[in-house]
Amino acid sequence: MLIDTVLFYVLAVLILGSAIMTITRRNVVHSAVWLISTLLGVAGVFLLQGAEFLAGVQIIVYIGGIMVLFLFVIMLVPVQEEAAQRRFSNQKWLAFACAAGVFAMLAVIVVRGVGALSHPGMAEPAGLGSLTKNSESVGLVLFSEYLLPFELASVLLLVAIIGAIVMSKARTRETES
Amino acid sequence: MEQLLANPYVQPLILTAVIILVFPLVAGYIVLAERKVLADLQVRLGPMRVGPYGVLQPLADALKLMLKEDIIPSRADKWIFWLAPVLSTFTALSAFAVLPLSDRFYVADVNIGILFILAMSSIGALGLILGGWSANSKYSLMGSLRAAAQMVSYEVPLGFATVTAIMCAGTLSMQGVIQSQFERGVWGAFDNFGLMLIPTALFIIAGTAETNRAPFDLPEAESELVAGFHTEYSGFRWALFFLAEYAAIVVISSLCVTLFFGGWLRPFPNVAFLELPLSTVFPVALFALIALGCLKGVPRQAIFGFKLVMLALTGAFLLLAAMFALPVTNEIVIGLFWFVLKLAVMVYLFIWYRGTFPRFRYDQLMDVGWKWLIPISMGGLILNGVVQLLARS
Repeated sequence: MLIDTVLFYVLAVLILGSAIMTITRRNVVHSAVWLISTLLGVAGVFLLQGAEFLAGVQIIVYIGGIMVLFLFVIMLVPVQEEAAQRRFSNQKWLAFACAAGVFAMLAVIVVRGVGALSHPGMAEPAGLGSLTKNSESVGLVLFSEYLLPFELASVLLLVAIIGAIVMSKARTRETES
Repeated sequence: MEQLLANPYVQPLILTAVIILVFPLVAGYIVLAERKVLADLQVRLGPMRVGPYGVLQPLADALKLMLKEDIIPSRADKWIFWLAPVLSTFTALSAFAVLPLSDRFYVADVNIGILFILAMSSIGALGLILGGWSANSKYSLMGSLRAAAQMVSYEVPLGFATVTAIMCAGTLSMQGVIQSQFERGVWGAFDNFGLMLIPTALFIIAGTAETNRAPFDLPEAESELVAGFHTEYSGFRWALFFLAEYAAIVVISSLCVTLFFGGWLRPFPNVAFLELPLSTVFPVALFALIALGCLKGVPRQAIFGFKLVMLALTGAFLLLAAMFALPVTNEIVIGLFWFVLKLAVMVYLFIWYRGTFPRFRYDQLMDVGWKWLIPISMGGLILNGVVQLLARS
């Protein structure tokens, strides 16, 4: 499908461009806006792969939840002070080395595993109006095959929530006494 | 021509264009209805000057907003100041794409329709937050902070109420939800032996908070924050925020109507003998009565032009009545009629709240959200799940 290929490259440019903008902006709120654009692009790629459920959840969780909380905190930071600070730390070359390592690893995986990318389950993208059972299959896999990791992840999140409450409680008690 | 209409992309595109062109007008008339109902609740007349009984007021308001000077504060972040209202309006209108206006009028029936609406409303919240921040004013910033906290808090009970309804329907597609209510022979709100009334009530409360309407309108509380997040906005940008707010109200109301009140189905969709009285007699009588009311208003108008407007309204409502009297056209528009009627009731409810409830204090708002709505919505979800499992087995 030609249109899928075109859309993929448009989204890829959007994701990479926004990601570069995210780390190069001096203004933190601008960075956050570009990060939102990156996340939207990723949702678009999910949609292109026929994973509508993941696309919806990506937007609701990352943009609706996490980015709103990010902005909530960032908005309270005075922009002028932030912008005056240095943008990049001294670990520039270390960061380049790490990025190159990750890139090399991904390249090896893609080159070696290129045959495995087209399996029969990923058939032609369905046309307009046809409904696949995307959400159902995600739910079924999540609650049968991956039940234990799923439950462990929820317990982990619960621990994090309780931990946050305990820490903020302790601080209020200190200020009171 | 027929070949063109048969193309699967043509009808959705036409409908999209119609929605984008017509919705600003609809929003204008919702504002007029709001002003009229509030005036009535406060024993006033409301707008009366532009057109008979003020029926042309929205057009005058729209013209005024377009011609107003567009002021950008000198120390504002111009780029984000520009982006915020666009983001709000764009996402609010995008959500219309999955609304099932009737069995044949809908842009798209995707299998994540409900998720799509929730996703769009959560991106729309960013518009309010960024708009308030970019204006570089303390009132705007306070409004934004409140908007962010409120959206995050009330999204949770809204989500739980929605999940309960989805669990009952067994699908995420908007048309599918309505179809399942038809098959179960009962509106979502009264399903599970009436237990679904819990999520219904929670959805309406959380939906009011999610659209920043009174009594949850703290992000724009005029008595303490001037106008909240849109304090520094003026002219057309302000109009865009306004449009987004009313679009959000319509979308949340539509979601509520679809999930809990049967969407475009008529009341008692499975009772065959009610077909004639509810599908034909009721709409015809309703529009004929409104036409009669308009006709009686003609001699009361002093200005000749106003008399003409009243006559034109009489004619329009008579035409609508005739449309529902003919079986051929009735079949096309009856679904739309029930959907819009239910939507109107929901929007009236929102206006009624604004006229009668005092605004919450900020800590009370958080109390209600986290300590009451979220636990009750979780309990409602578990209760409904267990009851449904027992009833089916």
